[in-house]
Amino acid sequence: MMAIPLCGALAMLVPASRFLRTDFAVRAFGTAVSAATLLVAISAMTAFDFGDTSRMQLEVDHAWAPAIGLRFHLGVDGISLPLVVLTALLTFLCFLYTLRHPPAGGMIRLLTALLFVLEIGMLGTFVALDLVLFFVFFETVLIPMYVVIMLWGGAGRRAAAFKFILYTLLGSGLLLAGMLLVGAEAGTLDMTDLAARHGSGLSHGIQITAFALMGIGFAVKAPMWPLHTWLPDAHTEAPTVGSVLLAGVLLKMGTYGLVRVALPLAPDGAQFWAPWLGLLAVIGIIYGALACLAQSDLKRMIAYSSVGHMGFVLLGIATLTPVGINAALFGNIAHGLITSLLFFLAGSVKERWGTGDMNAIGGGMLSTSPRLASILTFASVASLGLPGLAGFWGEVLALVGAYRPHADLPRETFVTFMAVAALGAVLTAAYFLRMLAKLTHGPVDGVARPTGAAVSMQEYAAWVPLIALTLLVGLWPKTLLDVTTGPVRALLGGG
Amino acid sequence: MIWLASLVVLLPFLAAFAGMLFGPSLTRAVRGVPGGGPGVIACAPIAVSLVLSAAVASVVWRGPGERTGLLAVVDTGSVPIRVGLQVDGLSAVVGLMVCCVALAVQVYSVAYMKDDRRYSSYAAFISLFTSAMLLVVYAGDLLVLYAGWEVMGICSYFLIGHHWEDRANSRAAVKAFLVTRLGDVGFLIGVIVLGVGAGTFRISEILARAGELPGSTVTAAALLLLAGVAGKSAQFPLHTWLPDAMAGPTPISALIHAATMVAAGIYVVARLYGVFLLAPSALAVLGIAAVISMVGAACAALAQDDLKRVLAYSTISQLAVMAAGLAVGAKSAAIFHLLTHGAFKALLFLAAGCVIVTAGSNMLAHYGGLRRGMPVTFWSMTVGFAALAGVPPFSGWFSKDSVIEAAQHAATHGGDEKTSGGWFAYAPPKAVDGPVWTYRLDEGLPGGVAWLVYLGLLLTVVLTAAYATRAWLMTFFGEPRGSYEIREPSKFMSWTVAALAVPAAILGFFGLGASELRPHLGASLLSVLLLALGAGVAFLVWNRDPALDPARALGPVRPVFARAFFVDELYAMAIVRPVEALARHVVLFDRRRVDAAVVGTGAGARRLAGLVRIIQNGNPQTYLTGLLAGVAVIVAAVVIFQ
Repeated sequence: MMAIPLCGALAMLVPASRFLRTDFAVRAFGTAVSAATLLVAISAMTAFDFGDTSRMQLEVDHAWAPAIGLRFHLGVDGISLPLVVLTALLTFLCFLYTLRHPPAGGMIRLLTALLFVLEIGMLGTFVALDLVLFFVFFETVLIPMYVVIMLWGGAGRRAAAFKFILYTLLGSGLLLAGMLLVGAEAGTLDMTDLAARHGSGLSHGIQITAFALMGIGFAVKAPMWPLHTWLPDAHTEAPTVGSVLLAGVLLKMGTYGLVRVALPLAPDGAQFWAPWLGLLAVIGIIYGALACLAQSDLKRMIAYSSVGHMGFVLLGIATLTPVGINAALFGNIAHGLITSLLFFLAGSVKERWGTGDMNAIGGGMLSTSPRLASILTFASVASLGLPGLAGFWGEVLALVGAYRPHADLPRETFVTFMAVAALGAVLTAAYFLRMLAKLTHGPVDGVARPTGAAVSMQEYAAWVPLIALTLLVGLWPKTLLDVTTGPVRALLGGG
Repeated sequence: MIWLASLVVLLPFLAAFAGMLFGPSLTRAVRGVPGGGPGVIACAPIAVSLVLSAAVASVVWRGPGERTGLLAVVDTGSVPIRVGLQVDGLSAVVGLMVCCVALAVQVYSVAYMKDDRRYSSYAAFISLFTSAMLLVVYAGDLLVLYAGWEVMGICSYFLIGHHWEDRANSRAAVKAFLVTRLGDVGFLIGVIVLGVGAGTFRISEILARAGELPGSTVTAAALLLLAGVAGKSAQFPLHTWLPDAMAGPTPISALIHAATMVAAGIYVVARLYGVFLLAPSALAVLGIAAVISMVGAACAALAQDDLKRVLAYSTISQLAVMAAGLAVGAKSAAIFHLLTHGAFKALLFLAAGCVIVTAGSNMLAHYGGLRRGMPVTFWSMTVGFAALAGVPPFSGWFSKDSVIEAAQHAATHGGDEKTSGGWFAYAPPKAVDGPVWTYRLDEGLPGGVAWLVYLGLLLTVVLTAAYATRAWLMTFFGEPRGSYEIREPSKFMSWTVAALAVPAAILGFFGLGASELRPHLGASLLSVLLLALGAGVAFLVWNRDPALDPARALGPVRPVFARAFFVDELYAMAIVRPVEALARHVVLFDRRRVDAAVVGTGAGARRLAGLVRIIQNGNPQTYLTGLLAGVAVIVAAVVIFQ
């Protein structure tokens, strides 16, 4: 599965005069390769035994650096499978979108290669089962994303890219320290082994330190309040495909890491830090929503909404209950689908109006470009957590989890978190409706003159799968919950 | 049986999707049919649903008892969600009512929205709205119920904001959604409290286990649920969205006010009545909120200039009557009133739509003398107003009286009453052989609250009669005040209205079958007297000068009533503006503090690097000097410390 994008990236090294002379050919090539990857991901899904989701399946296990005990160990289970498919899908859709709407700045060949490397890193992170291997993939995504923001970004791209890379590298440093601490103490780097031990063999103090280190590392990526400030800048400046992958997949790596690495490796540490994690998550929900309420830039607003949504995901994790973790995994996928769609739409709006400033765009989008506005309305409504659409179940299950958290956690604290988080949901509705009212309703009174281009075939092609999946997962949450529940129970020691 | 009920829910749902996607393209295929493709897609499924729901109701009629069907169990890792439906007498009869009103609204809309460019999406949203309400009605699981509950909120947002070109309509839509959503937060938490406490989200099991739960849990859950009920059913203090919701097209008002949305709140209380009976303090809160809502809204209705706003406030007031019925333990009476209110309020709104189309205005001051030009509308609306005010023997009189009777009973025998609920007496034979659960109020409603409710109800009767008479007289009597031609609008509209007048007139007689719904002599006499008092005063004031608004008699309190006691202004000052200010502060805080800390760290690192770099300045002389100095220090240290 990862070999295909790797070959694709290598093919991009062939000089332009020899292979794929035109830009369009390069883009078509990119689409084809990512489609092949998606097909492999889907075939992995068909090969997956859904009767036994908690077992690692489709494993690859080779010695890599035997001297220090490193293994090239890959595999998927119910926790990673949905994310793998989501990653392959989003990358494919990004290529599809680029076919017709390449970001300003040229150098398509380089962009294609970078996106392939990015895809390798993202897929690798979700399937790696060795701590060091996980870390390697985790880091692989940073440089391509940095370059993508740096070369194809907006006006403030330099500062944004620097902030992004330095901030996340700092997190990664702490993450590596935490992982090595666990690895050195436990004597193995294999994640399945470590998870099966449920922290036995590690002293209480070590676990607390290790969880704190890894937690901060992942929290930067997630992002958790107050470590989020790289996100709005990076999103605002990144090109559309960059924003989509950043929101759709990169943020998930943080929460996935928490569930996959930090929780099972250091359960005592998790229990110690969970109330704090929950507190920061709830602050993130309210804070993100309030920040959205006063934003005037469309992309920046969506970026802050990510802070709020990931707050729900983190709250779910903090409850340390099966339902909470299920909520987190569900929220991950839902957020990946919906926010990617929102960023695609924001990109299209920016392309047509030439600005992302809501005051400049003005109202009346429903009369000037009704289809774009309708889809924007749909995405916003999905994002504010309407039942029947994907966003709802993650939120409601996180609240259920918070109402009855793990037995060793302070119940009253979490019930308060639940109430505050639920109020955050009202604020979420408030800012999305404010945005819709501003942009889609009212008379056409914007300063910016739209080009008025209709929605293109490629845009539809990129959006429709996201819309369909949002509906499917929302109307029938069983599809996803059945896959994740088994491994989540195993993860928490049969809880 | 259950598949019938699922079809009832699913058909409008599928119609919504089909209408959204293929409505306009179907128009060519069904050329000539009024409404075109969207009209057919909208009306046909709901008509089928109506037939099916009637079948469901008749099955329940023949063999009463509750039937549950389970479609799927969704394992969440904690309490599972059971996607299933539950049909019993209550849901069957309310479902039937919803289908009736929805069909009437769809047929009416074909003519009303004839020239609207967005009719297709409008009809699709009505279908979705209906489907969501039916899901609430038939749901067997609280979370599934919540899903329908919330979808209704967003549908109301889209429909109220249908004419979004005007910013005011857009604002009204946002307000409706946010206010109800605020209540829904409480509702959702209440659902979670109940569900996790009882270990299931199934309604029947929750009711069965509610008695075993700790009292504080039940009370907390009931109070939280009430927040959602107050939001959806527009009760004080979350009622402010409803009058503004008049920004939507008139048929939407009929739908929201009669069949969906506002009815959902009352319905849910009735559905979970066992839980509320275990929490008397929640019932007391419900009763007090109901009294404030019914009297306040009736006063406000007295002073409105806009026909639709009169009806909107009357809805708040009438819903409060139902809530009061529930608070005093008269569940059957409350549901009875819900049904009759559904019939006559749908009638009133649709008839008001006819008047508005003819007159081209919402303002009462622009009407007058309409009875001659539009006889069908006039007679239908007369029936509607009579039912609203409670003129015997129209439907509203029966249902309102049974609520008043129950309140009187609770006030005079406070504390030791027995109420029977369960099967709602939909038709005479039913009430006899249906399972009658008897609830005992352990502590009962505090006597003071029961008295308050009783007196509030009586006062409301006077006020209702007064504002209904005022609106009726100003619309249809006196000299015409407009320059438009007075004639009936499209037949689609006037016939629908006339058809609705039948149930509005006679629905009350169905209540005769059940003992608790039968009118009692004393109470009825009293209410008829009060009715005559209210209507009489309004008539006398109007009669002095038919050209003027009788509301002038209110004098200085008129602006207070007209602005509904300035609650909106209060909320804007106390909630909206602080939140906006807070949001602005958060953005500043984010930039100046949190982000500045990050950027500051970067700058600090650079400064530190600058300090360190002084040594690494690339000058060999400095390096050599440093080296020699170091050697000298080491030598000195060795010499000294040895």
